[in-house]
Amino acid sequence: MSSRSLLSVETVRKAFGGLVAVNDVDFSVKESELIGLIGPNGSGKTTMMNLISGALKPTSGTIRLDGEVISGMPAHQIARRGVARTFQLVRILPSLSAIENVIAGAVFGHVRAWGDDAYREAEVLLDRVGLGRRGGAPTGSMTYIDQKRLELARALASNPRLLLLDEWLAGLNPSELKIGIELIRDLREDGRTIIMVEHVMDAIRSLCDRCVVMSSGVKIADGSVHEVLSRPEVVTAYLGADDA
Amino acid sequence: MTRLSEKELRIAVLAIVGFAAVATIPLFDDGYYLSLSVNIALYAVLCTAWTLFSGPTHYISLATAAFFGIGTYTVGLGIDVLPFPVLLVIAAIASGLLAGLVGVATLRLSGVYFVIFTLGLAELVRQVVTWLQTNFTNGVGLYVFTDMGEKHIFWMLLALAAVVYVTGWLINRSRLGFAMRIIGNDELVARHVGIDVARAKVILFVVSGAFIGVTGAILAPRFAYVEPPSAFNPVISFQVVIMALLGGTGRLWAPLLGVIPFTILFDQISSRFPNHTSLLIGVAFMAIVYFLPRGVSGLIEDLRKVRGDFGSAAKAKEAVR
Repeated sequence: MSSRSLLSVETVRKAFGGLVAVNDVDFSVKESELIGLIGPNGSGKTTMMNLISGALKPTSGTIRLDGEVISGMPAHQIARRGVARTFQLVRILPSLSAIENVIAGAVFGHVRAWGDDAYREAEVLLDRVGLGRRGGAPTGSMTYIDQKRLELARALASNPRLLLLDEWLAGLNPSELKIGIELIRDLREDGRTIIMVEHVMDAIRSLCDRCVVMSSGVKIADGSVHEVLSRPEVVTAYLGADDA
Repeated sequence: MTRLSEKELRIAVLAIVGFAAVATIPLFDDGYYLSLSVNIALYAVLCTAWTLFSGPTHYISLATAAFFGIGTYTVGLGIDVLPFPVLLVIAAIASGLLAGLVGVATLRLSGVYFVIFTLGLAELVRQVVTWLQTNFTNGVGLYVFTDMGEKHIFWMLLALAAVVYVTGWLINRSRLGFAMRIIGNDELVARHVGIDVARAKVILFVVSGAFIGVTGAILAPRFAYVEPPSAFNPVISFQVVIMALLGGTGRLWAPLLGVIPFTILFDQISSRFPNHTSLLIGVAFMAIVYFLPRGVSGLIEDLRKVRGDFGSAAKAKEAVR
């Protein structure tokens, strides 16, 4: 069971004109695994997330979710198959109340709840991300971390098989960061399959089972966090070569 | 989801009483006020139908004249052959079909491209109809002779308005309505929560177009003589946008707040300054966009908010029921 791979990315390439943002990348994610997708800025991590979630279509290569080819499908189809995401720059639905923001994730996607069921479920999720009893709050005036929490609750509302967190921890202050890491740890303990793109190395170290490192569109390492982060090519990618 | 809340019941009762009261207008007057009432009912239907689509999506459609004209022409062509109610159905299907085609082809366009396309579409349909008539029939126009008077047209429009409101209300409390609100907020998020954005938009555009087509059909007997410039008059498209924006597009009833004052204003302007009507309408349009960006209903909501509104949690709960 645990050895089955839920997501497999097979020689996936994405070119924007002459720029190859993702260059024949392979990796796979097993059920209930939390992997970190890391790399310097511009290495193609967010593009990879966009390819998996269907925001972009790969130029070549295949992405499978539980054996089914999802690459090339429109985003809403992928969402309905159980891939949920948060966005690098938080995207809240400003004219909807907090609870409606969460319900939005539960109605059209992998879960198709409606009415009182959706409402109750959303209340539970709000509580879980630390926004209990704030369902009626206008979302425009929420603090940054609260908006991030709300976005996470929306993604969770679809009970996703695969959750994509795109720099969900970025921009949080140290105490918020602690709360954020705890939240993700909680999700992991539930057995959620998660890919997180992250620059916060503390989070990667303390949360991830495994990480995939990208640099200039190429996968340069894939393995247990400790081992991967000490590899010379990874250090070079982040810090530059000795003689640079 | 299936039960009506107390508030909804109250609104329903008020609406029925209101409709019944308005329906008695032809009994009191069959001259100026009835004619003004027909205009108000006409634009109320057009603007509300327009808002069904353009309200949540923020796509400004200038295709109203195309759907309206197709409805009018359906009646013009068929009045001697088929009974009037059948023509209304055909008008709905024909304009809904056109809306569907246009929707599939253009709803990927956003913002100003969509606006220009819809404006061009209305013009294209008009030119095609003119061309067909001049080449394949004897005259440019069609005569629509019926024994229907202003009051019959008024009652039909009123009935159609009721259907539009009920449809709008049903959509708003459905998944489709919720999907449209999400799309209006952020299309990218909408796609990633599993909404088929294109499909939702096309459905609403078809519903909206069909209603506008039926309105054109109902109005045909009033024209008596139907020709392309009057049936596909682009002024209709612009006035609908102006009135709907004046009222506001955030609520089903909001366009009405724009339709009533604007129809009366337009009536006054066109009778007193017949040569400067377009100019004054243009000025009025700019003033509305500048001073009331969210329309009269937006203004009312802002005023309410100032008074303090902490019942929004309850409201949210109601919204998803």
